Amino acid sequence: MSILLVLEQVLNGLQFGVMLFLMAAGLTLVFGIMGMINLAHGSLYMVGAYICATVYQLTGSFWLALAATLCASALVGIAVERIALRTLYSRDHLDQVLATFGLILFFNELTKIIWGPRALFLDVPAALSGSVQIIPGVDYPLYRLAIIAVGGLVAFSLYWLIVRTRMGMMIRASASNREIIGALGVNVPLLYTLVFGLGAMLAGLAGAMAGPVWSVEVGMGENILILTFVVIVIGGIGSVRGALLGSCLVGFIDTMGRAFLPASLGLFLDPATANGVGASLASMSIYIFMAAILVWKPSGLLPVHARP
Amino acid sequence: MSDASRTTAVSRAPAEGKAGRLETGWRAALLTCVAAALLVLPPAAEALDEAFLIGLFTRIFIFALAAVSLDLILGFGGMVSFGHSAYFGAGAYVVGILSFHAAGGEAPAWPFSLPWMESAVAAWPLAVAAAALLALLVGAVSLRTSGMYFIMITLAFAQMLYYFFVSLEVYGGDDGLSIAGKNNLPGLDLENEASFYYLCLLILVVFLLIGRRLVHSRFGMVLQGCKENEQRMLALGFPVYRYKLAAFVMAGAVAGLAGALMANYMGFVSPGLMHWTVSGEIMVMVILGGMGTLAGPVIGAFVLLLLEEILSAYMEHWMIVLGPVMVLVVLFARRGIWGWFQRGDPDG
Repeated sequence: MSILLVLEQVLNGLQFGVMLFLMAAGLTLVFGIMGMINLAHGSLYMVGAYICATVYQLTGSFWLALAATLCASALVGIAVERIALRTLYSRDHLDQVLATFGLILFFNELTKIIWGPRALFLDVPAALSGSVQIIPGVDYPLYRLAIIAVGGLVAFSLYWLIVRTRMGMMIRASASNREIIGALGVNVPLLYTLVFGLGAMLAGLAGAMAGPVWSVEVGMGENILILTFVVIVIGGIGSVRGALLGSCLVGFIDTMGRAFLPASLGLFLDPATANGVGASLASMSIYIFMAAILVWKPSGLLPVHARP
Repeated sequence: MSDASRTTAVSRAPAEGKAGRLETGWRAALLTCVAAALLVLPPAAEALDEAFLIGLFTRIFIFALAAVSLDLILGFGGMVSFGHSAYFGAGAYVVGILSFHAAGGEAPAWPFSLPWMESAVAAWPLAVAAAALLALLVGAVSLRTSGMYFIMITLAFAQMLYYFFVSLEVYGGDDGLSIAGKNNLPGLDLENEASFYYLCLLILVVFLLIGRRLVHSRFGMVLQGCKENEQRMLALGFPVYRYKLAAFVMAGAVAGLAGALMANYMGFVSPGLMHWTVSGEIMVMVILGGMGTLAGPVIGAFVLLLLEEILSAYMEHWMIVLGPVMVLVVLFARRGIWGWFQRGDPDG
């Protein structure tokens, strides 16, 4: 186990964390501002991945596909919010869970009808293929570095949007008291739709970028959705900073666990057992981490304070 | 929580008078009809050459048992646990693993090499105990939180168990384990479909009776009190956390029993039993039938599984119908099917 291998895994963890952050940011805003638990967020990720794959295959241009994905996923998100989710804001969490669970079944089946049950595989776009030497002796795929860069950019823009702009001020205000801000003349339903569309767009972006890394298939959204829940629980519901911290932690722990747990256990156990136990433990590691955080801080690492 | 759902059976009781007696008579008649129909179903199905009905209804009973156990915490306790498949799957895996070792797979170590392993008398209580222990661990952590956190955490723990079994190559990993035969129960041949049907029906009825006692007991009242207003129960001096945890463990234990029955029914266990969509399905059964009642989840299990059976016979993509139906049920039929029945009563 060399230091170079560790560095590579650190970058892998960061890249995975960035994907999680793109999902978690939208979800945590919807949680924090609308008080809404949206299981169908994973479906938006899946829709993004499929649209990107289709446009990419039709036109051959990844950039065009990416642009189409951003627009389409935002539109799908806005449509879903207007048609189905809007009435659920005032309901309890149980209703929201069930209705969005129904939406997942619908989206999965619709995807199966349109694109078929087989997984799609995407090539890395030509401009981002190949790898770069980050330090002498370590080559790292350029595409994954690009994902990390996009994640950093999104995190910074979100920070700027929420803290520095007028719209961000309204978002923060509506999170702490939606009646007052409505009375002050802000169109709260429109604001909610925009925030939901923004979240959907980020989920679609994550899906589009995931295409060349993992396969595009029905049900891909659910796996990442549950990891995103773990991220949000660790970071604190409604907190974008918490989502950033949580995703990086979960990305690191999961990647490191998978890469090094079997080998480290091999120091004490025989190789076959170490591999089996290591793989099992690695797949459980983030959940155990989440449980530990909850025992220590039941409302997450960076909770939002102003929530009536 | 909407106002409609607050009007549970408890608060409706004082309104009973003449109408109450009518309602009781009507309900008794309905119950007798259903019971008679279910009792004659196996011989009738065999006579009509539709033996698959026995299996279908056995499956319905098993899921109904799981749904009632979830309703105990969801409908009566107000705990939205989205990880009920974990206890269901854990119970199934206990049966699967025991029978795997009994069949001589992989040099059985000491605790796994005993002759009782294929006996239902030993395997089922063990399945219940394992599921209860799991529920104790998960509940102890999750019940420290509430609301959205609770939903997500129970979901995450169930998914953790799912991934654990997916990566557990010793017991089949992703492919699961085949079970050579059903467990032995002295005096009853479980390999006989009809016997197994009656056994599942009996277990469901017994649990419904126990559940009825439980819901109307002091324990059940405290639980429902926690759902209505936890702060008030705390102020009254009830150790709310302990009551909720006890209910959580009980629900997990019963789900474990349902899982053990499911393993026997399918002759196969796989991580798929713990997948989060199974949790979702069980939850939908509870809501569809009417949560906060004991009959509701049973009706929900009947309707959902029959609907699945019928829809899937006619169309390949039946989920595309089921999904929107679920959204509509949530939006417009909060009290579930049993709720409609009760509203349709001639209550003056």
